[in-house]
Amino acid sequence: MIEIDNITKIYEGRPAVDAVSMTIESATITAIVGTSGSGKSTLLRMINRLVEPTSGEVRINGEPTTGMAKNALRRRIGYAIQGHGLFPHHTVARNIGAVPRLLGWDKAKIQDRVDELLDLFSMPPEEFRSRYPAELSGGQQQRVGVARALASRPDLLLMDEPFGALDPIIRTRAQADLHRIQRTLGSTILLVTHDMEEAIQLGDQVAVMDQGRLVQHGTPAEIISNPATDFVAEMVGGVDRPLRLLSLLPISDILEDGAAEGEPIDEKTNLREALSACLWSGRDSVPVERNGALIGHVTLKAIRSRAEGSHELG
Amino acid sequence: MSWANLLRAAVCGLMLALVLRPEWFEPMFAPFAPEGAAIIYDRASLLSLSLSHLVIVAAASVAAVFVALLLAILVTRPSGKAFLPLSRTIANMGQTFPPVAVLALAVPMLGFGSGPTLVALFLYGILPIFENTMTGLSTLPPATMEAARGIGLSRRQRLFQVELPLALPLILTGIRLSVVIAIGTATIGSTVAARTLGEVIIAGLLTNNTAYVLQGGLIVGLFAVLIYDALTQLETFFQKRLGLAH
Ligand SMILES: Nc1ncnc2c1ncn2[C@@H]1O[C@H](COP(=O)(O)OP(=O)(O)OP(=O)(O)O)[C@@H](O)[C@H]1O
Ligand SMILES: [Mg+2]
Repeated sequence: MIEIDNITKIYEGRPAVDAVSMTIESATITAIVGTSGSGKSTLLRMINRLVEPTSGEVRINGEPTTGMAKNALRRRIGYAIQGHGLFPHHTVARNIGAVPRLLGWDKAKIQDRVDELLDLFSMPPEEFRSRYPAELSGGQQQRVGVARALASRPDLLLMDEPFGALDPIIRTRAQADLHRIQRTLGSTILLVTHDMEEAIQLGDQVAVMDQGRLVQHGTPAEIISNPATDFVAEMVGGVDRPLRLLSLLPISDILEDGAAEGEPIDEKTNLREALSACLWSGRDSVPVERNGALIGHVTLKAIRSRAEGSHELG
Repeated sequence: MSWANLLRAAVCGLMLALVLRPEWFEPMFAPFAPEGAAIIYDRASLLSLSLSHLVIVAAASVAAVFVALLLAILVTRPSGKAFLPLSRTIANMGQTFPPVAVLALAVPMLGFGSGPTLVALFLYGILPIFENTMTGLSTLPPATMEAARGIGLSRRQRLFQVELPLALPLILTGIRLSVVIAIGTATIGSTVAARTLGEVIIAGLLTNNTAYVLQGGLIVGLFAVLIYDALTQLETFFQKRLGLAH
């Protein structure tokens, strides 16, 4: 558990982060969203003490970070930096293995881990291992930056706009990968983004920052249905709100037995996909499949009533 | 073999021949020697003068690299920032002092021989390396430096594993400038009895023997060209590594 306790950072008389308090449960993803300059990176940097707070403190599992040795603290926390920050004079393998090497892992173990991570990010190890960062595309550099943060399997990961330079397709895949890794390893992730869509998709909790202040902290559904301020409402986007809510709801919620006509959709998608399939095909229902086998259908009516229900819940 | 390498081999061969088999060039230099005078310098072997020349340059350069790097590292640490303007002024002043004056001042203290030359070359060698190293260390990519801190590298590890390697191409440029200046300047050392190729040139000037001047000058020039080229290639190699050039 990470407790951020009334933390403030003042730069040149102006607060970059203004009295922010929040508690982050272990094994969850918290997405920090806000416009440029709202203090997201500064907040993140105060957790691994790249920036020392002007006042307030951060506790990890009850222990204040100020009592820990800085470098030991940082080696324990995975950090994916805004704009990757790879070492240009080291190969991809050496970049990814940087923290394990600092922690004294043996060579073979580091190499296995590097290959495992490259595979995970769809970059064939034999092709990429010994390249230099200058020989990678922007998106590949960014994935290597994220791989470096994950390398030592840290319990806590700080990620500053890790997917900024990725194209939409790879971005979606990288998000799904991160989600899967997080669920299997049970890591705690703090992820900064200025994309509300990404925050809603990835975050168990979403924290919205505006001019250094934390204006709302809650589940994606709460943020969408009950924005605390006009700013949050604007970030969530008035028009898209019902659709965003639907994108949080799994198909299984309203799955009904029986067949329906048309192109089936996968059970793992969400109600927004189902709605879009209905509208596109002009039908009132859409078949659902699991691993290629039909398992039932969802109806437009059910989607609608579920959407209204969740709105009231939120 | 590419044209560049062919040219390199040719220049190298010419240099070796001039140093090891000077007699081959007698017909070429003959028109420049006065009637009845020796055409090829014979008061000392050109090989031993060349080696001594290079040893003096190397010793002074190694010392200059060491001191310049140390200074540049110190003034780019947070605690040394205050000394930056001062150290810059001192290094610049060293450069504006003519080498002959340094020799003249050093002789009373160190006597005749290689000592004063070493001091002059050392003082002259510091500035270019210092300036370049300082520039290199203070213009590192901020994201990379933040990552270096963020993954928990200590100050020392950051310096040796990240900062110096990244500044290396610029440092090498400084060393190249410094060494090439030293090769030329070392010839002046012969006026205070240092054993360098300057001896050949000075003997030529004193006896009006242009053949000597040409011999000495040509060898010194070829040394400078070859070393310049070798260090440039080394720089390009490291720059490619860093993705700065292709
Ligand atoms: N080292 C610093 N010195 C002075 N001001 C700073 C420093 N770092 C950040 N700031 C200021 O603090 C504010 C918050 O910066 P921060 O980098 O945390 O924003 P951000 O939310 O991460 O923005 P972005 O989305 O553009 O990355 C900005 O106004 C910035 O100018
Ligand atoms: Mg930022």
